[in-house]
Amino acid sequence: MKKRNLFLMLMLLALTLVLAACNFGSEKESTDDTKEGASEEGGSKELNLVIPSEPPSLHPQLATDSTSNAILQNVFEGLTTLKDGEAIEAAAEKIDVSEDQLTYTFTLRDAKWSNGDPVTAEDFEYAWKFALDPKNASEYASILYPIKGAQAYNLGEGKVEDLGIKVIDEKTLEVTLENPTPYFLELTAFKTYYPIHKATAEANKTWYAEAGDSYVTNGPFKLTDWQHSGSITLEKNENYWEADKVALDKVNISMVESETTTATMFDAGEIDWIGSPFQTIGLDVIDRYKEEGILNISDHAAIYVYKFNTTEGPTANANIRKALTLAIDRQGLIDNVTKGEQTPALGMVPSAVKGFEEDRGYMKDNDIEEARKALDAGLKELGLSDPSELKLKLSFNTSEAHAAIAQFIQEGWRTNLGIEVTLDNSEWQVFLDKLSNLDFQIGRLGWIADYNDAYTFLEMYDSAENGNNDTGWENAEYAELLKQSNAETDPAKRLELLKQAESIIMSETPVAPIYYYTNLSVKKDYVKNMEQNALGNMYLKYVDIEK
Amino acid sequence: MLRYIFKRLIYILIALFIIVSATFFLMKLAPGSPFASERDFPAEIEAQLNAKYGLDNPWYIQYKDYLVDTISFDFGESMKYKGRSTNDIISESFPISLTLGIEAMILSIGLGVLLGVIAALYHNRWPDYLATTIAVLGISVPSFILAGLMQYFLAYKLGMFPVSGWKGFNYSILPALAIAITHAGFIAKLIRSSMLEQGNSDYVKMARAKGLGKWTTVFRHTLRNALLPVVTYLGPLTAGVVTGSFIVEQIFAIPGLGRHFVTSITNRDYTVIMGTTVFYSIILLFAVLIVDILYSVIDPRIKLKGAKK
Repeated sequence: MKKRNLFLMLMLLALTLVLAACNFGSEKESTDDTKEGASEEGGSKELNLVIPSEPPSLHPQLATDSTSNAILQNVFEGLTTLKDGEAIEAAAEKIDVSEDQLTYTFTLRDAKWSNGDPVTAEDFEYAWKFALDPKNASEYASILYPIKGAQAYNLGEGKVEDLGIKVIDEKTLEVTLENPTPYFLELTAFKTYYPIHKATAEANKTWYAEAGDSYVTNGPFKLTDWQHSGSITLEKNENYWEADKVALDKVNISMVESETTTATMFDAGEIDWIGSPFQTIGLDVIDRYKEEGILNISDHAAIYVYKFNTTEGPTANANIRKALTLAIDRQGLIDNVTKGEQTPALGMVPSAVKGFEEDRGYMKDNDIEEARKALDAGLKELGLSDPSELKLKLSFNTSEAHAAIAQFIQEGWRTNLGIEVTLDNSEWQVFLDKLSNLDFQIGRLGWIADYNDAYTFLEMYDSAENGNNDTGWENAEYAELLKQSNAETDPAKRLELLKQAESIIMSETPVAPIYYYTNLSVKKDYVKNMEQNALGNMYLKYVDIEK
Repeated sequence: MLRYIFKRLIYILIALFIIVSATFFLMKLAPGSPFASERDFPAEIEAQLNAKYGLDNPWYIQYKDYLVDTISFDFGESMKYKGRSTNDIISESFPISLTLGIEAMILSIGLGVLLGVIAALYHNRWPDYLATTIAVLGISVPSFILAGLMQYFLAYKLGMFPVSGWKGFNYSILPALAIAITHAGFIAKLIRSSMLEQGNSDYVKMARAKGLGKWTTVFRHTLRNALLPVVTYLGPLTAGVVTGSFIVEQIFAIPGLGRHFVTSITNRDYTVIMGTTVFYSIILLFAVLIVDILYSVIDPRIKLKGAKK
């Protein structure tokens, strides 16, 4: 009996140890308790959201993805910010642009960092130079290339002294550009252009890896808690220059990978809003939310395309490409497969972009007649007699949505043109390799604008060497038009040049546009002013909760 | 005994070496780069990134580096999550998976043994059929379906539990159940069959003839012997369960280690792949070793040295 008692004791001891070691994130539980207490008093306004994954990097200059961006754009603030489609002053109080549009002088306002230090021109200079320093290998540094000398320095050919970034005094920053860049003030609202707190960043190389004192920000919110892969908590930044306009006191963001779980959480009232970049609405619940009348749809400056490999195979033939591009039933695809009320893409620039709202009339959706004509001409050129002799492969990265779209288009090509297409899916990283090595025939890709200008959708096709081209297509006239548009200071003329370039690429169709994205979102009644802008950004600064 | 353990430790080292090498070469053979991104960046920047992580070295230097990393158990910075070391990722997420795993283990052993004993005692009567049905259902229904159903009905419809997250004990009940039920079914089947086998043996008949009650016989005598196959199963089960389940962690949004096994591979995050693989191997190998040692505790007939034949 004694022996058994000892054994029992030991088991109990082991159990206590195990339970003591248990990690249920009890720390977080206590913050939850205070939350309930506070909301009963009616004093605290909290918003609950989810993001699809751990943000890979919360360093403004090293981040590349939309999840990191969703956090960054609410804790940092650039010289400008976007509101109602316009770039307005943010950290800068006054912006002077020289006559030739090559020199921008930014006067900073009396803003403070979350630790109370003033935001200075030097912080901007430090951040921008950090991004451009080749040693730091910032993957998004190319967005700073409009600045004079930036490209050369970033590629290791120029010197840091030659950069067009100059600190005049603590509150004045002078930037010289390579070319007049009409969208430069949109760029300064972009994450790579955010400032970072110089003293902290110099003292601690990995200041951005954890929340806490070292994570110093200048935006409307500060990062108070970051449980890796678990959750992020933002709290109102009292030091923010416009803090009195920020309604929310706290934003609780959990990381939930599954769309189904996200929808259930929304239905159960655990979160208040869903919409990219704060998770996406699953295809299976879109119809239900539409019926309930809570689905909100707005234009998004982004395009879903099929790229053709123009260097070899049947897709090297312009007529074959044209036939394939015309014989896509885009409206049918949107109604039956993607369901988000997207717009059929009949050009290269989405209708959410300024100056491109109207259809430019390059082609008709699902124009089978023209497609057959182009196909016959193409077959003749290739010396083939029957469309079934064409062997095509459609590549996409593994995903249910991409597969459904590919099957729909494959079926259309088979029934309308008689072309047999095989589907080929591979994992994301492998697929990207295939695209950049031109190891494909037809490949899908999405493109989301970083700044709201047609140039971001046209620039990548300026030469076959451009890393984002992925088609091997180039056209001297097209490249020339883009170059002219860069030097043009009159906005109307510039728009005209860009449209001419678009018509060239649409006549040779190295790329088949499929649809322009839309922003989808659902929200609870009490959430106010919460909607993504055309670039898919979500500024929580303007959001309010009225319970 | 000590000699045996020492010998086993040597085997573990050899096994680890083979695992590390195989992982390294498979990883290098797989197409795709950790830095590939939708938006291309200049070749110069990619070269800088490669240099930063030592990917510009020839394969034998990289192989050597990985071996050194493994010995010192320092795998360096993640290639996907900037500024975060692989060790941090493991040390932050493992305790969560461990907690969930232990809870799931307790549940699965408890449920499994209970079901198995009931099935064996009422052999070919309705409790047996019921228990067997539950066990078979548990084994054959995949955990992600179970997790989804429980989440929908228990958490959303009935509001008994939170839908997802990891903020306290009640957040862990559904995921632990989802992991446990499959294993519980398996354990129940194992227990049932070995209990039946033991039930026909002389010592049980003797105990019953002496007038010991049915349940007393089970707990004093039969179960102890019937547990042996379960203990064999426990080794890999422990290693599998405490390192987290990808699917369950994904559905319940639990920041555990399980998801890193899968996402690190799809991200081609070499350092994290290496770190998680080595970590998992060590746990698995030691779990098997401990099971072998436990054998001799439970059943004195098993001699570890295996000398006497």
